[in-house]
Amino acid sequence: MDELKKTCLHDRHVALGAQMSPFGGFDMPIQYEGIVEEHNAVRNSCGVFDVSHMGEVEIIGSDAEKYVNHIFSNDVSVLADGAILYGMMLNPNGGVVDDLLVYKKDINRFFLVINASNIDKDFEWICQNANGYDVEIKHLSEMLSELAVQGPKAESVMEEVLDIRCKELAFYTFKGTSYNGKDILVSRTGYTGEDGFEIYASSDIICDMWDSLMASKRVAPCGLGCRDTLRFEVGLPLYGDELGDDISPVEAGLSMFVKLDKPEFIGREVVAKQKAEGAPRKLIGLELLDRAIARHGYEVLNDADEVVGYVTTGYRGISVDKSIAAALVDTEYAVKDSELKVRIRRKTYPARVVAKKFYKKSYKK
Amino acid sequence: MSKTYYSPSHEYITVDGNIGYIGISDYAQKALGNVVYVDMPEQGDDIEAGEDFGAVESVKAASDLIAPVSGAVLDINEQLIDNPRLINEDPMANWIIKVEISDPSQLSELMDEEAYKAHCEAEQH
Repeated sequence: MDELKKTCLHDRHVALGAQMSPFGGFDMPIQYEGIVEEHNAVRNSCGVFDVSHMGEVEIIGSDAEKYVNHIFSNDVSVLADGAILYGMMLNPNGGVVDDLLVYKKDINRFFLVINASNIDKDFEWICQNANGYDVEIKHLSEMLSELAVQGPKAESVMEEVLDIRCKELAFYTFKGTSYNGKDILVSRTGYTGEDGFEIYASSDIICDMWDSLMASKRVAPCGLGCRDTLRFEVGLPLYGDELGDDISPVEAGLSMFVKLDKPEFIGREVVAKQKAEGAPRKLIGLELLDRAIARHGYEVLNDADEVVGYVTTGYRGISVDKSIAAALVDTEYAVKDSELKVRIRRKTYPARVVAKKFYKKSYKK
Repeated sequence: MSKTYYSPSHEYITVDGNIGYIGISDYAQKALGNVVYVDMPEQGDDIEAGEDFGAVESVKAASDLIAPVSGAVLDINEQLIDNPRLINEDPMANWIIKVEISDPSQLSELMDEEAYKAHCEAEQH
């Protein structure tokens, strides 16, 4: 195992007494005060996350648009400058190499934000598929740090504490601006189901911003623990749980981010077939009728106690006070309101099939 | 006179004669964070030293409960069914199961308070 990487804010996390744990090759804060408190801060007020572990790649050149569309499931040709699209890079089997955000700076310049755990795999993938395209691929992960400011009060915190104008910034758009005279990139995006912003900048700027946010006392430092409970409740997938090399976006219920009107992209054949004929598996929501909690990897069973799938994520919901889970099951069992069972240690527990969005998003659109 | 012993996996057992009260240590509850569910065996079940007899679940994760000794479950702490957070509030007062210890010699394999303290410190590096 390679040595754990540290973000520029690592010392600050430790000084705040954060519980640190490895994630995606980085030593990251899981929680400071507690997952529940931090989760509620984001739902009700404002929280800040160090997400500097995320990777960034820029694709530049006269074939940039064509190339991004070749490796990306969504369609960037319809994207305005300054706008962002969510989608996936697929392998030829229709599995997901990674899910990512694509920022269009202009027709010759795209900025890709990828998962920490996939940085090396993705960069290799992006490079190896670029033959014949006039593009330059820049790996920016080591140069850029990132903060996510999330919650209903995120806009006022951005404006008043960081003095960054963002009221006019629409959902899933971004702008370049400056902070202390240095270039930064700000987008109205996030991974919590709440309104919020993500800021990309060099590490000295990110450290300054973090210090201002902490000094203001208007923002709770939030760890990856509540990032997971927040994203899960609103049905956002996590690579490694709901997405993987062997899970297609159609199975994961993300068909809307796969644009088949595009003539060509890697993995298109498989996902086109799945969209037309149905996928073998489907991601569902489960509500357990007991207090027991279904965790990642636990078996999902049918009436006859046959294994028909597995749990991808499960929690005692925080905003939704129930034992809830997402599970990937054989499609015939993805029937809303039907009953399945989950094996939890020595016993099985009944669970009802429900929508996998357990809590309503409050984006500012 | 009761005496408390600890296991390397952070269960404690407070022993009074051949009766033991098993729970998780304060160190363990802190590391887990908000406890949201305690999976307990049933009265009358046998537990086997070194094997799991249930689990404590925090928001974050499930943590197996490993039996420090072998024995029979005489009682479970029913308060924990509706109020699992009692474990965070006072883990020593809120034992999880009460057992009849079948082989008291197994207690000698466990740590006393002082040894356990050193064990926790070592775990924190």
